[in-house]
Amino acid sequence: MLSIKNLEAGINGKMILKGINLEIKAGEIHAIMGPNGSGKSTLAAVLAGRDFIEISGGTVTYMGNDLLQMAPEDRSKEGIFLGFQYPVEIPGVSMVNFIKTAVNEHRKHRGLAPLSASDFLKLMQEKKELVEIDSKLANRSVNEGFSGGEKKKNEIFQMAMLEPKLAILDETDSGLDIDALRIVANGVNRLRKPDNASIVITHYQRLLDYIIPDVVHVLYDGRIVKTAGKELALELEEKGYDWIKQELYNHN
Amino acid sequence: MNGKSGVSDFFSRLYYENIGRIGESSTPIINSFRKEAIEKFNLLGVPTKKMESYKYTNLETFFRHDYQSYFIPEASHFRKAEEFRCDVTELDAHGIVLMNGFYPTINGKLRELPGGIIIGSLNAAARKYPDLIEKHYGKYARSDSDGLIHLNTAMVPDGVFIFVPRGSVPGKPVQVVNLVDSEQDTFDQHRKLIIVEENAECSLIICDHTMSPQRFLTNAVLEIHVAENSSFDLIRVQNEHNNACKVTHTFIHQERNSRVTSGIITLHGGLVRNNTYHRLNGEGADCNSYGLSLADKWQHIDNYVSVDHASPNCTSNQLFKGVFDDVSTGAFNGRIHVAPDAQGTVAYQKNNSILLTDQARMDTKPQLEIYADDVKCSHGATVGQLDNDALFYMQSRGIDKRQALLMLMFGFAHEVTRNLKVDALRERIDGLIMQRLRGELSQCASCMVKCV
Repeated sequence: MLSIKNLEAGINGKMILKGINLEIKAGEIHAIMGPNGSGKSTLAAVLAGRDFIEISGGTVTYMGNDLLQMAPEDRSKEGIFLGFQYPVEIPGVSMVNFIKTAVNEHRKHRGLAPLSASDFLKLMQEKKELVEIDSKLANRSVNEGFSGGEKKKNEIFQMAMLEPKLAILDETDSGLDIDALRIVANGVNRLRKPDNASIVITHYQRLLDYIIPDVVHVLYDGRIVKTAGKELALELEEKGYDWIKQELYNHN
Repeated sequence: MNGKSGVSDFFSRLYYENIGRIGESSTPIINSFRKEAIEKFNLLGVPTKKMESYKYTNLETFFRHDYQSYFIPEASHFRKAEEFRCDVTELDAHGIVLMNGFYPTINGKLRELPGGIIIGSLNAAARKYPDLIEKHYGKYARSDSDGLIHLNTAMVPDGVFIFVPRGSVPGKPVQVVNLVDSEQDTFDQHRKLIIVEENAECSLIICDHTMSPQRFLTNAVLEIHVAENSSFDLIRVQNEHNNACKVTHTFIHQERNSRVTSGIITLHGGLVRNNTYHRLNGEGADCNSYGLSLADKWQHIDNYVSVDHASPNCTSNQLFKGVFDDVSTGAFNGRIHVAPDAQGTVAYQKNNSILLTDQARMDTKPQLEIYADDVKCSHGATVGQLDNDALFYMQSRGIDKRQALLMLMFGFAHEVTRNLKVDALRERIDGLIMQRLRGELSQCASCMVKCV
């Protein structure tokens, strides 16, 4: 589904990703872990199409297409979803109008007519229950005045509405209490299908108690330095990241 | 006289040449104000940029010009006014259509509506209800610095009178449509006097339209008295062509526990300067003053707002926003004055502007004068571009950039329009704003000027 080869990217001339290689197949959940500043969020931003990141090398192929050539909105319509670490507040744009516009843009892309008002409300009701989001939030401006937990639940709600093929969740667990974490994880698990895939970016192992990954990668200093099964997450939790740094040092 | 423009003489001359005719068609009460007013105008003149409150607006670009003026209307002038129909068909309102500042119907110039409400010509009201006019006319529109207010008092031929008696709650708003139409470049003056008695409600919609492509200069004065426990709601929609200049002076005088909302939506106009003066004259009065400006090309929109907290425990809120495209410019000057004994005052002010190009410009200036100590006051101003993070967030959900930009600008504007209380009009204004932001012509369908 997604194939990243030797990806190099930076911001303001500073190199952050220094040759990333990653293969993701349908049905898989990949966790990307790593210490602060290792490049996790930059990788997510590159995949979603953030324009201030300069790509200096490598390729990203998504469903057979050159992802790096696609506009952010086209990536979304082709099934890529980024769950933001810091969801953006948009004063004056109502949640309903926002998500309705997005859903109908996706439908237009697939050659479908816009949803009728009643079908849309029905869909929204169904997905809201999935993430236990307060109905009142839908009438407010996007993320405006939402608590940290509400913002993250809102990300999963949008993901449920758009049914992506590849979901990239950037530190979705940061700032969540244990109940909100369980709700968010539960939402992700229930949206899991054999033909879609997820990349879960996280600093802590905690989220991976709820979302069980198939593969765990460690990103350090712009490179994936270790890839293993879900047990790697537990090892990192126990020992921290220092032993990996040590291992790398010894190796060199 | 550092604030007086050289163009002032043109308008003084206009007075002396026409005052005989104006006086004849008017009434003794209104005439009794004229002499003193022209003397004040002769002293103060047309404001220049040297005046602190007009620092960012050069009136001369529109005032230095030969204009025609109508002082005595002819029946033929009114045909378009009689035929005019507001295209907001869902809007259920008591309508008045003015042509170049005149009340059109020769007969029945004063209407009495259910609930004892009176609307109609100011001259006719001065004849029939001299006590009311005497008590309120010229009492609120006062200024020691702005000559244009006095020019209006000196020369205005007629105007609109609205009276809502004690305890009266009209079910629907009053709509005043100001049309200007001429075959020559024209200078007009509009005047309104609105009296809302105790425990009453009044909702007023004012729409400014141009009906022909000539250059227009309009100088308008509104005086509004809102008595104890009453509420008054004003929505002004400005939709004139880009070769028109409009200067408005709105004085809203509030008594004890009264509530006022004022919203000015400026969609089009070459040079627009709105002065809104709120006076909170009785304890517990509350006022909300809103404004939204959408400008492009070489337009200039300037809002001056003054909130005078003259009594204790009053609340006020100013929210003015603007979107400026091309080489358009804007200005906002928000004054809050808290008198020494106005304890318990709560006063807020916010001005946010978006500049869509490098050439667009906005000047914003808060002016707080606080002489009481138990006061909650805040002000904030931002001038910036659209939020790139918000834009990307929307794109990342599949909304294309153009649509996302529109939604962001509309959302920015909606923070103002959501406060408008007349539902049918709010929806219509939202629609006009969307069209305006898309770059489509947003003149009402009934407008005959297809300006570009």
